[in-house]
Amino acid sequence: MKKRVAALFLAAVMVVSVTACGNSSTEEPAAPSESAGETAESGDDTAAESDGGAASTGEKVLSVQIGPNPETLDPALNSAVDGGNMILHTFECLLTVDEEGKLAPGQAESWEVSEDGLTWTFHLRDGLKWSDGSDLTANDFVYSWQRVCDPNVAAPYAETVLSMVEGYEDAIAGDITKLNVVAVDDSTLEVHLTSACSYFGSLAAFATLSPVQQATVEANGDAWAVDADTYVCNGSFYISEWVPGSYIMCTKNPNYWNADAIKLDAIKFNLIEDANASYSAYQTGEVLFIKDVPTEEIPSLEGNPEFYVDPIIGTYYLSLNTQKAPFDDANVRKALSLAIDREYVANTLMQGTYSPASNFMGPGWIDTDGSEFIDNANGGQPYIDTANYEANLEEAKKLLADAGYPDGEGFPAITYSTNDAGYHKVVAEYLQQAWAELGITLDVDIVEWASFTPMRRNGDYEASRNGWVGDYSDPSNMLDLLYSTNGNNDGKFNNAEYDAAMDVSRTTLDAAERSEALHKAEDILMDQAACIPVAYYNDFWLQSDKITGMWHSAYGYWYFMYADITE
Amino acid sequence: MFKYIVKRIVLGIVTIWAVATLTFFLMNMVPGGPFLSEKAISPQATAALEAKYGLDKPMSQRYFTYMTDALHGDFGDSLKQRGRTVTSIITSRFPVSARLGGSCVLVSLILGIPLGCIAALKRGKFADSLISVVATCGIAVPSFVICTVLMYFLGVKLAILPTIGLDSIKHYIMPVAALSFYPTAYIMRLMRSSMLDVLGQDYMRTARAKGLAGGVILFKHALRNAILPVITYVGPMLAYTITGSFVVEKIFVIPGLGGEFIKAINGRDYTMIMGTTIFLATLVIIMNVFVDIAYKIVDPRIKLK
Repeated sequence: MKKRVAALFLAAVMVVSVTACGNSSTEEPAAPSESAGETAESGDDTAAESDGGAASTGEKVLSVQIGPNPETLDPALNSAVDGGNMILHTFECLLTVDEEGKLAPGQAESWEVSEDGLTWTFHLRDGLKWSDGSDLTANDFVYSWQRVCDPNVAAPYAETVLSMVEGYEDAIAGDITKLNVVAVDDSTLEVHLTSACSYFGSLAAFATLSPVQQATVEANGDAWAVDADTYVCNGSFYISEWVPGSYIMCTKNPNYWNADAIKLDAIKFNLIEDANASYSAYQTGEVLFIKDVPTEEIPSLEGNPEFYVDPIIGTYYLSLNTQKAPFDDANVRKALSLAIDREYVANTLMQGTYSPASNFMGPGWIDTDGSEFIDNANGGQPYIDTANYEANLEEAKKLLADAGYPDGEGFPAITYSTNDAGYHKVVAEYLQQAWAELGITLDVDIVEWASFTPMRRNGDYEASRNGWVGDYSDPSNMLDLLYSTNGNNDGKFNNAEYDAAMDVSRTTLDAAERSEALHKAEDILMDQAACIPVAYYNDFWLQSDKITGMWHSAYGYWYFMYADITE
Repeated sequence: MFKYIVKRIVLGIVTIWAVATLTFFLMNMVPGGPFLSEKAISPQATAALEAKYGLDKPMSQRYFTYMTDALHGDFGDSLKQRGRTVTSIITSRFPVSARLGGSCVLVSLILGIPLGCIAALKRGKFADSLISVVATCGIAVPSFVICTVLMYFLGVKLAILPTIGLDSIKHYIMPVAALSFYPTAYIMRLMRSSMLDVLGQDYMRTARAKGLAGGVILFKHALRNAILPVITYVGPMLAYTITGSFVVEKIFVIPGLGGEFIKAINGRDYTMIMGTTIFLATLVIIMNVFVDIAYKIVDPRIKLK
């Protein structure tokens, strides 16, 4: 009988044994984290629901969602916006960006630039400490910046942030000590540049240039940044727990110089990938802030005071392969550009989460005198009058006729390539319609993401979706994309005048001259339709009215460190 | 039996090797690479990364290096999640998926087998029709629909169950329900049809003619024969379920292994693709051996050669 029972339930037993294995190996470590998560969450609830934060646990935990599990939180290795946003809370650079979007003192309390613009001197605050309590000095910055250049580290942003520093070429080739960044004493850092870089201050606030602790990194290798125990940092919060794919708990760093101004006890970054899951968690109050809002919900959120739309520096644009006929003709490119109803695309198709783009450089980019770059562009006029689509379309038809294709006759069928995410497919379908007005047949080719980028970079396309979000607010960050030899020049635009203007902007020390050169570059870009700007990026998110004291920057980051939860 | 198991293990190793080899060359033939992003990183940085992970070497050399390391139990570092090894990712994520998947298999067996039997015994009656309708729904409705519906009503509207994570028993209810719907329905149908088949056999009539009690007939004679197709199904199903579901994990924010499969492929994280593929292949093979052994125990007429 015994044997029979065993036989009958064998399948079930099999299952039990396997799951039992799973259980025994994980229940133990899971148990403490479980309770920690629970108390933290209930702490959040009590803080949010009863007035004042001093209820039962007394913990004020801000639960937010800004992206999925980050691939890395090593400042040197990160290249993602959401990773960068978390790093902003765990690390602090020499400088930082304040509520007004202006540079503000960070680890450095002051800084100055030599008259020739080639030497930047940063004066660190007194008594800076790492999260483990040890001292942080200017030498830590020297080590960290050299590390960014180290070919064995292979930091993706090395060139962006350090290529203007003396000795960069040698450093990137392996001799990292050649990088001319010097710790004059424990609290003074001197950086020597090969050419003046008016926006180096922005770079000094860029996450890649955060200081990392030499001893920790050397003892643990790349793995230092994946474990809460070895994640030594210097920001307003430190990582107390990281459950990959679930959440990252950042606890207030008592060793932070401005710890007294920090009101939260912890920030919980929920690593939610799916927008609908984020939205549900927001609705139930499990999180108080979500970055990923399902696009289907946007119409119902209009007018909701918890729904925010705020510009970031970046442009959604189309690349045309300027090396291939018929896109080698500027008239053709301009015709294609003018045939797009940008207001319809941004306001209707993209549900107002984007803004129509009249220029390549949108709002938020800062001119050399500190004013908005867009206000000074094209004599203060938009390049494309987005409100006047009908006239633009007439102009487009005329330009196409001038190019030898009246009513699109003789124009070859063209292919538009894009990956499928966000509004990309909707835009592609719209382009089919819009360009049909010119008598042009457009085929849409949806390409899987990982194949799409190399294809576009290699120029194996005719027309394709493209986009850029600025790393720092100097216009060169985006105008460089059309420089003939730039790695992101997907349209293979090659214009000697454009390159010359950009060269001037790189070398000149005169602010007015530099500004003129940058505007000239954009003039050429728009006149030649080197690419087709369609819409400016915005960030849109849901934020509970219980959160106070946080802000959003034009770089696409949210600053939660000085936030508070109120009732 | 022992000889058989040894033979199956040897065959299994050959199969895993074939799967690994095929995957290795196929994934390298697909365009794209692990170090791509919307913004191009400098050629130097790309070259440095490729050198660091040995991607600059010829394919055949990479293949031999990988296979040698894998034989020594070293599945390499993830190319995307810097600082984590493939082994550490799998060992941290698999238990989560295994607990969830294991619960699902248990639930679907506990519900599926008896309900299937009842449907067969009450053939044509109301209970049978009801079970058939439920089974058809379970097979036709995809898990993400069930997830969404459950989440909307139980999580958001009624707010009686948490919507994200897998921290407590309560957290298990929705994902387990969503995941076990299909296998439960499938097992019910499988059980019903094979039970009907068995009940119509001559020896069943003989048993009844002998005057054996209903329970004895059902458990001793019918169930034992009828359960064989279910065992065949449960083996591989167990392997797939405990390695996680991409969709359900994504919706309920469960840090399981399912999402890693998809992310590895989309991100061309070569070492992760290899690691997860070999892991899944090994599990499926082990489960199949278990199924064969279970067969032998349940039905001694089956000879394992």
